[in-house]
Amino acid sequence: MSTIEKEASGSSELLVLLREQEAELSELRERLSRWEQSYAQAQERDSLFSTVSGREIKPLYTPLDRSASQYQDALGFPGEYPFTRGPYSTMYRTRLWTKRQFAGFGTAKETNERYKYLLKQGQTGLSVAFDFPTLMGFDSDHPRSLGEVGVCGVAISSLHDMERLFEGIPLNEVSVSMTINGPAIILFCFYVAAAEKQGVSPRVLRGTVQNDILKEYQAQHAWIFPPEPAIRCIVDMFEWCSENTPNYNPISISGYHIREAGATASQELAFTLRNGFEYVERAIARGLDVDSFSPHLSFFFDVHNDFFEEIAKFRAARRIWARMMREKYQAKNPESWRLRTHAQTAGVTLTAQQPENNIVRVAYQAMAAALGGTQSLHTNSMDETLALPTEKSVRIALRTQQVLAFESGVTNTIDPLAGSYFLEALTDELERDALAIFEEIDCLGGVVPAIEEGWFQREISMSAMLQQREVEAGDRVVVGVNRFTEGSEEDEIETLRIDPVIEESQVAQMADLRAHRDPEAVERRLRELQESSRTGENLVPRILECARVYCTLYEIRRAMEDVFDSYKEPVFF
Amino acid sequence: MLNIDQKIRVLVAKPGLDGHDRGAKVIASALRDAGFEVIYTGLHQTPEMIVNAAVQEDVHVVAMSILSGAHMTLFPKVRELLDGAGANRILLTGGGIIPVEDIEALESQGVGRLFGPGTPTTEVIDYIQNWFVGQDTF
Repeated sequence: MSTIEKEASGSSELLVLLREQEAELSELRERLSRWEQSYAQAQERDSLFSTVSGREIKPLYTPLDRSASQYQDALGFPGEYPFTRGPYSTMYRTRLWTKRQFAGFGTAKETNERYKYLLKQGQTGLSVAFDFPTLMGFDSDHPRSLGEVGVCGVAISSLHDMERLFEGIPLNEVSVSMTINGPAIILFCFYVAAAEKQGVSPRVLRGTVQNDILKEYQAQHAWIFPPEPAIRCIVDMFEWCSENTPNYNPISISGYHIREAGATASQELAFTLRNGFEYVERAIARGLDVDSFSPHLSFFFDVHNDFFEEIAKFRAARRIWARMMREKYQAKNPESWRLRTHAQTAGVTLTAQQPENNIVRVAYQAMAAALGGTQSLHTNSMDETLALPTEKSVRIALRTQQVLAFESGVTNTIDPLAGSYFLEALTDELERDALAIFEEIDCLGGVVPAIEEGWFQREISMSAMLQQREVEAGDRVVVGVNRFTEGSEEDEIETLRIDPVIEESQVAQMADLRAHRDPEAVERRLRELQESSRTGENLVPRILECARVYCTLYEIRRAMEDVFDSYKEPVFF
Repeated sequence: MLNIDQKIRVLVAKPGLDGHDRGAKVIASALRDAGFEVIYTGLHQTPEMIVNAAVQEDVHVVAMSILSGAHMTLFPKVRELLDGAGANRILLTGGGIIPVEDIEALESQGVGRLFGPGTPTTEVIDYIQNWFVGQDTF
């Protein structure tokens, strides 16, 4: 018996209402079936009519597509459980998303100048891109860093570099996001120590460190230690941050890299949330109260080409997270149920051919992120398939967000697409997909065993291969690449070049640093860190001590690696 | 003379610290589907590791994928080490995010064709096959 029937029993007025509704539904079914018959006669365009993730889309959605779940249960109000309509009750009516462009190149000095430029242009938060040596825990003067110093991001090998990176940028005012994973705990300590040097207490620091190692094994591949010690470092940070940095997110659980590596929307959604639950389980197992750290877990999703599927993904993510956190993990604090996320437009959709078209792709993707209710956004620059972006192309990308926020009107009401038969059906469908994938992962013994046997990696590669085949067969249109290619040859735009002198100057800085610090203190702090790595002690205070006496990134990494060992990937294709 | 039935052996390699392996894996699968014998190195390889693997596996082609911007260091280094190991007949090709001027500069240093984003895998397959047919002995 449905709720309506229960309430209706005994009340003739409600019974009449119920009958009317039933009559309406049966008429709807009839009319839909007539419509479908007539549609079947039509000659459809020669097109896939499926999302980039391969999801079949029907020609028409009606109230009949909405699952049985009721409005209050499935949608509710923004800022209220299950948060489908948005994590905050007033959303963009009171505060727009943070416009946060990911940037970094060369030495700390060059990047510091770019940050000051971006802040002057109206950007409201900073986001640090590190170079590959830093991402992998190598100093700029390590032999393995040769040719890569400052090329793909900024080189940060010690507290000294971190101090220069934020020179003249008050860390008590600007929120800073750092994309670093394998050595996240080390770079985080450099950051806290740099703030101390500015006289800024950890308690007022705002920002996020990515620190999501599980998706590194699955997709992005910037790892150092094996899963178990790596997860220990993450839980150490949850613990330390919940006591010392109340305004800082010690993790950004990221689907972005999973999607960019080839996953579908459903895989991105499911893998990311499942990774999030893994961290929750590990922290609970350590003995932490679920409500002590969960309010500081943040997320990061990709915004790909398929407009509606992407919006639905954000809504489904919030709903699944809220339900699982409340029901399965018994979180009591509504802050622990609330999924807050950063979003970035999909780099993988940008084309090297006719690069100016990328401005348009980015704009549609950015709109999907806003309609999905993101808390912050990075818009890619049109030239990123060719090189690091120029100042001009970064400005256009930022302006794209400003046009969206201030001119388009999409910020005027909260969750404006709610109630769309199509969008709600897609949201339900993505949720169902994710729950099915959770079960599959559980059958494999959980996240870490599935990583060790290469399951995630294989799933992602398979999806990437299928997408490539669709494009090469011409079934999936990529404008300027496999259709409308006129002009693809001659189109050239100016690109940014990194001066090789940067590597030399950074290497010289390192020699200078090593010559001018207290070698005895360096050695002592590293020894203490190694000792604590062996015992179960929280490593954050130890690494902070190392940072303060200018131990370098690689020295700290080595001290830990001697105890933790390094990760060996399962190789296959 | 070239044995028509001989399988082309390709080492697909990821040099440097760059972890972006979507392209490398797509290329490796496509080459295998096209009938090549493909060996994939895995991530984070040094030039020395790549050259050792190429010599040990007796490959005809080394295909490197670089999205980190380190191509001007890594391609010449691998070419130099291959030549030094007496493997100067091995074709060194690849792809990634590589500006046109750099592609031209690398080609003048003995590196084969380099492919950018959006290249159909068939173009890479054709290139390697044509190169292979053009070799009289191997």
